Amino acid sequence: MFAYVIRRILIMIPTLIAISAITFVIIQLPPGDYLSTLIAELQSQGENVDTAKIDALRAQYGLDRPMIEQYLVWVWGLLNGDFGFSFEYQLPVADVVGDRLFLTLVLNFTTIIFIWIVSFPIGIYSATHQYSWGDYGLTFIGFIGLATPNFLLALVLLYFANVWFGTSIGGLMDPVYIDQPWSVDKILSVLEHLWVPVVVIGTSGTAGMIRRLRANMLDELQKQYVVTARAKGLSPFKTLIKYPLRTALNPFIADIGNMLPQVVSGSAIVSMVLSLPTTGPMLIAALQSQDMYLAGSFLIFLALLTVVGMFLSDLALAWLDPRIRLGGGANR
Amino acid sequence: MSSSRRGDIPHYVNKAPFDPNVTEILTPEQERYYMATQWQLMWWKLRRHRLAVISGAILVFMYFSVLISEILAPYGLSTRNTDFIYAPPQGINLFHDGAFVGPFVYGLDYELNMETLKREYTPNPEKVQPIRFFCLGDSYEFWGLVDGSFHLFCPAKDGTLFLLGTDRLGRDILSRIVYGTRVSLTVGLFGIIISFVIGIVVGGLAGYYGGWIDNLTQRIIEIIRSFPELPLWMALSAALPVTWSPILVYFGITLILGMLDWTGLARAVRSKLLSLREEDFALAAQLMGAKPKRIIGRHLLPSFMSHLIASATLSIPSMILGETALSFLGLGLRPPITSWGVLLTEAQNINAVELYPWIMAPVIPVIIIVLAFNFFGDGLRDAADPYR
Repeated sequence: MFAYVIRRILIMIPTLIAISAITFVIIQLPPGDYLSTLIAELQSQGENVDTAKIDALRAQYGLDRPMIEQYLVWVWGLLNGDFGFSFEYQLPVADVVGDRLFLTLVLNFTTIIFIWIVSFPIGIYSATHQYSWGDYGLTFIGFIGLATPNFLLALVLLYFANVWFGTSIGGLMDPVYIDQPWSVDKILSVLEHLWVPVVVIGTSGTAGMIRRLRANMLDELQKQYVVTARAKGLSPFKTLIKYPLRTALNPFIADIGNMLPQVVSGSAIVSMVLSLPTTGPMLIAALQSQDMYLAGSFLIFLALLTVVGMFLSDLALAWLDPRIRLGGGANR
Repeated sequence: MSSSRRGDIPHYVNKAPFDPNVTEILTPEQERYYMATQWQLMWWKLRRHRLAVISGAILVFMYFSVLISEILAPYGLSTRNTDFIYAPPQGINLFHDGAFVGPFVYGLDYELNMETLKREYTPNPEKVQPIRFFCLGDSYEFWGLVDGSFHLFCPAKDGTLFLLGTDRLGRDILSRIVYGTRVSLTVGLFGIIISFVIGIVVGGLAGYYGGWIDNLTQRIIEIIRSFPELPLWMALSAALPVTWSPILVYFGITLILGMLDWTGLARAVRSKLLSLREEDFALAAQLMGAKPKRIIGRHLLPSFMSHLIASATLSIPSMILGETALSFLGLGLRPPITSWGVLLTEAQNINAVELYPWIMAPVIPVIIIVLAFNFFGDGLRDAADPYR
């Protein structure tokens, strides 16, 4: 197990390097930098631009140095917990971001849990009651869930919440608690608001998971050993729980690698529609104003979230399945 | 001879010449089945999948409408009806005062509610406005080339016909959705072509050569896949220069969507190629001196092309959704160009949506098209699978 963990961590390193490089290139892509945007803005307002001052600023932020050097400085900063400087807010990125990263983490984590809890019983039910009305109904709902884009679902929910209950379901906590330090009441308020985005983001993931679990279970249920177990008089419930379910569980965890990027993507856009205080809305604002370090930190964070998530799921899989832990290589 | 002892059964001899292949002669039915090409088999199988056929019909209809958007839409793309801002959808009626008049709408009376400042429209039962069919209405440039003013149906003379209501500038939402279809549907099509080409080339190289090329591409694919799609799309489309013309932006967006979508396809191509290149016919081709390009293109790819097309069909909706999401956020296409996502940006303002819910109407075609693509792709995939 230990050797496996080490190997898995070693694989992660080149991935992380590549991700940071790609992120850096992407945030450098727009022509010009924040300062040239600023200059253009000032000039259009008829203000004088002090070239000496601009040059000083440019030197201060290292924008005049070659690309590679800027990249290295940036990565070194990231490793030391310094995320750079947000031009727009005139504050270090770490101060601007505040709770957002944490809340994003909470949101995505809860969504994954939600997907598991909901899809687990439904998937098993669908498989054991194949071609029953319940199965058809659930499959159909699942299809709709898979096809409905989550930000549109958020929009529609917002509308109906407004019409039926007269409340806004946007936000992640009562307005009173915004910018307040964390307290029990604030946590409760967050929990109260959390379910709407979780359901919205989780729908398509849940639908996909149900389909996969159902297919896996069906494969297992047709195998000879199930017939043997039944023939020997094992109760149906025990037969189900003891053998097919345990084998079908494997992809349940392995699939988190496919699911995570989806969930993170979904949460980014749903956050914007529901105006949640997570990374999404700030990322889009940062992208639009070319606030490169801020945007870069968010991109890195979101990618990191999926990479680390996949790592954890691989660990869980190795713990669950001796074939992977002993066979070497995370081939699935 | 002893035949008389066997009773009355006469000795039977078939005069026809003996055909040793008699068991191998097929009925025309069987012959048709055995001689059918892969594509014919696929088509027969697909035809039995009712949901897929219906979805296919919807898709054909939608894509056909792309060709004649100008004729289908009752109004022009940016025709403004300044007297009818945020007018609600008008229902179609057939009977007026118990008498049959054919399809018509009741004209709208406008009143500004001075308390809520909401624009209120009420259908006026006096104003019967029959819908005209095959008529001349708003003029347009057909595909930007030919002038015309012919429409499939238009409002009555001096009347209105807002089947899905109007937006904040008094533009007919139905017409704008019809025009938006053109952009929204083609984005997915062009995007999938790009991703198809990249996927086949990269997956083909990796699968055929194996070794370090395979390893490298696998790592690259893993890295791309570990990025959450949407934020990456957002970052890239934010990088498109603001100075670009709408058409350039349109192609930029399709390029971005296609450039990041090929990974799944490349993986499918690779794994199929890895197993197929061991087949005897691949070896035979190699021994006869065929170049890798020819072996991949002429011998290996066709054997799972149908499968590839099916999986490509399944990834078109994600591109359509991607464009919708990007435009909705204001990072994708921008107004003169109209797509469903661009139309939905108006629905970002929840207060407006609450008062005038019909501006959410573009949600409907999005869901329909995504569902149709999913069902059709599912059916296609089942039909393309020769082992089921």
